[in-house]
Amino acid sequence: MQSRERSSYHRETKAEMKHYTLPSLFLLFLSAALFATPVFASGVHEYVLSNGMKVLVKPDNRAPVVTSQVWYGVGSSHEYGGITGISHALEHMMFKGTARYPSGEFSRIIAEQGGRENAFTSRDFTAYHQTLAADRLEIALKLEADRMRNLTLLKEEFVPEMRVVAEERRLRTDDNPNALLFEHFNATAWLNSPYGIPVIGWMTDIEHYTVADLREWYDRWYHPNNAVLVVVGDVDPDKVHRMARRYFGPIRAGNLPDIKPRTETRQRGERRVVVRAPARVPLVLMGYKVPVLMTAEEDWEPYALLVAAGVLDGGESARFARELVRERELVSSAGASYNAFARLDNLFTLSATPASGTSLEAAEAALTEALERLKEEPVSEAELERVKAQVVAREVYRLDSVQGQAHQLGALETVGLGWRTLEEITDRVRAVTAEQVQAVAQRYFDTDQRTVGWLDPLPIDPDDPPGYFEGHLR
Amino acid sequence: MRQGELKRFVLGFLVVLFSSAGIAQANPGIEHWETENGLKVYFMEAPALPMLDMRVVFRAGSARDGDAAGLARLTNGLLNAGAGDWDADTIAERFESVGAQYGASALRDMAFVSLRSVIEEDWLDTALDTFITVLGEPRFPERDLERARRQTLVALESQAQNPGSVAQRTFFEAVFGDHPYGSPPLGTEESVQAITRDQVRDFHREFYVARNGVLVLVGGVDRATAEAIAERVAAALPEGRPAAELPEVAPIEEGRTIRVAFPSEQAHVLIGQPGMRRGDPDYYALFVGNHMLGGSGFTSRLFDEVRSRRGLAYSVYSQFVPMEADGPFIMGVQTQGAQADEAIQVMRNTLAEFRDNGPARDQLRASQRNITGGFPLRTASNSAMVDNLALMGFYGLPLDYLDAYTGKVEAVDAKAIHEAFQRRLDPERMIIVIVGGEN
Repeated sequence: MQSRERSSYHRETKAEMKHYTLPSLFLLFLSAALFATPVFASGVHEYVLSNGMKVLVKPDNRAPVVTSQVWYGVGSSHEYGGITGISHALEHMMFKGTARYPSGEFSRIIAEQGGRENAFTSRDFTAYHQTLAADRLEIALKLEADRMRNLTLLKEEFVPEMRVVAEERRLRTDDNPNALLFEHFNATAWLNSPYGIPVIGWMTDIEHYTVADLREWYDRWYHPNNAVLVVVGDVDPDKVHRMARRYFGPIRAGNLPDIKPRTETRQRGERRVVVRAPARVPLVLMGYKVPVLMTAEEDWEPYALLVAAGVLDGGESARFARELVRERELVSSAGASYNAFARLDNLFTLSATPASGTSLEAAEAALTEALERLKEEPVSEAELERVKAQVVAREVYRLDSVQGQAHQLGALETVGLGWRTLEEITDRVRAVTAEQVQAVAQRYFDTDQRTVGWLDPLPIDPDDPPGYFEGHLR
Repeated sequence: MRQGELKRFVLGFLVVLFSSAGIAQANPGIEHWETENGLKVYFMEAPALPMLDMRVVFRAGSARDGDAAGLARLTNGLLNAGAGDWDADTIAERFESVGAQYGASALRDMAFVSLRSVIEEDWLDTALDTFITVLGEPRFPERDLERARRQTLVALESQAQNPGSVAQRTFFEAVFGDHPYGSPPLGTEESVQAITRDQVRDFHREFYVARNGVLVLVGGVDRATAEAIAERVAAALPEGRPAAELPEVAPIEEGRTIRVAFPSEQAHVLIGQPGMRRGDPDYYALFVGNHMLGGSGFTSRLFDEVRSRRGLAYSVYSQFVPMEADGPFIMGVQTQGAQADEAIQVMRNTLAEFRDNGPARDQLRASQRNITGGFPLRTASNSAMVDNLALMGFYGLPLDYLDAYTGKVEAVDAKAIHEAFQRRLDPERMIIVIVGGEN
């Protein structure tokens, strides 16, 4: 049911907040040649239209379907105070009509063609996607090209849709104690980096957008030279290129704004935040500032960090499940997450739900201890091999989904890494040594560089709604 | 490398469809047989990718809990906690060191275990050996049971802090009462505390048996290999017998509204009553009708009335959940507390209008085109085919279920939908659950 709903911006935020097992990580980003058969060559065809729009096509003829995605290089990390969440709000309005196709027509036409569609916003990008029978691709391209520059943004559509966005925020964040903790944790970790901004935006900003704000944001970022079209499925690349030229080609390139670096100021000591909210289950989050592929001075470091995350939380045989959950029974669950494919420096985040009878202090100490061990001794050969085997296998599994393949291409291209990164990820992960994992642990898992967040549950008493509730949540 | 099997299957299907005349070509691509001890096998060869998906499904969901609410789920979750000579660490290591993915889950009707592996000889063998041992020889170690019990209690607490989960639980209890579907799959604090190791072992012995199971295989192996694998899986299971039929679901006697206080800004609302079962004679009429009412996302009537026109909610939907016995019909919404009454009124009116007047013909055509045009998407990946075959096998749907699907959807007319909604839904006897959003 939920998955049908528009806007899954939470896909990104949730992935980072929740236990990002290596499975999900690598499901997103893998490729290269393992079994040395043609099917594993990336097989991507790249074109650039004269207006600067990039087109990536990957044929996959296992079934007569196609997925088509248009990615824009704008997300919450391009926003600033007062208009936070506006990229996401604009994503909602992209379904509210152009002169040629009034509100609801986009969805109606795609539905009538048997297609599925949706969109999502994250920190680094906004993407719109349709999956259809392969011979209906042209319809999707025609509609996407139309709404790239022709939104009407009518006030009568805008007013109720912003109420929808406010309800979305209440649903996902304000009434969800774990999400509240994540939002506070994140805003505490980043002082000036835009990664401190929640993707959905602060409620006060949502309540005060104007049509003019949205119009300005649309005109600033929605241009062909800030967009990537990704098509994966049972298609002929050159035909897709011709179609793309026909529909997107006539759109003039726009003047794109300079993107300021907004590099995070150096952290000078540990930061801690406590969220007290009606809840039953405590939670601790712990984040360390680390580079990503886009920012790393040493380009092996992000791969070593990925392996570190896999050693801690790459399944039931990883350290957290084996030692903290089963052997010592300190936590009910624990996770490690790290997205190396972001635009800006990111957090390497650990999370834990204490086992019943364990305190947040003890759960936090167990996470810290796990990191200390990574610093003190090299990971074992067996652990490395396991992580690498998972990487290799997932490279195969990911090919089962045309949407998943398109997502990887779009994300890598839009953050600025380029889709060819896909071809080297597996080899780069496989090249990581135990010494390198130890080296990144020593360099980055520094107490002065971390942020710790606690969810401190306040009672949920149905008969006597507590007084804090008035002030805190409303 | 042979490619395009899956494609051929789907194309074969489309050819059948569009060459009219309804030549009943039998399920190109899907093969079905039964092992000697009665395990039903559904297999589709998909050679394009060097991977294999397996799923073994049993009538062993929480509807079989009896007085021990939570038993099915605990049993299912403990299968990989120790089996044969291996403990949980060894089992996890054996799967993950070859990149295999083990999964297990228990719903209300079904419980299943699944495996995804690459087809590299050594790797697949290790994964299969481990999987088959987990399936047939679980040991349910005492200490792991105790830990799983405590984890379940934490999961219950997590549910209790989520207004949506509280609403679901309250809704199922109210709609199904004493029927097994009314029993919470996670259990209750008391029931989970009381479950013994003997109960877990007995549950496994009774329900994880060949005649109560279905094995699904999809991937890059040929029929002979699939048969050999199926024999090994079957050999690990005692023959046993199929689980008894579930009791009939009683209709709601009187509609009522249940309010649960909760400190959330939004009210989480569920409205519904018992709906239909798998294989129900009204299945296609109700499914297509509901697609228009609230099942199709952005283009449904509920979405239009509640979200697009009034901006009352982010998520609003309706669905029939066809199950072994009558599963629920549900309409759901979450909205700021002060708007809850308005949202409920709009949803009830939308349902009443649809039920009273039936669908408009052009909208029906659009919905049918959406469903049938989208059909290739539902068979386009190995994962999707595993889901399809598991559904067919578990609910005993005909082998030509996929072939016949679009034809049956096309055959539904406005009159059939109107009549089915009249007959099957009673707006006067709805359970309405409202959690949170008090002012």
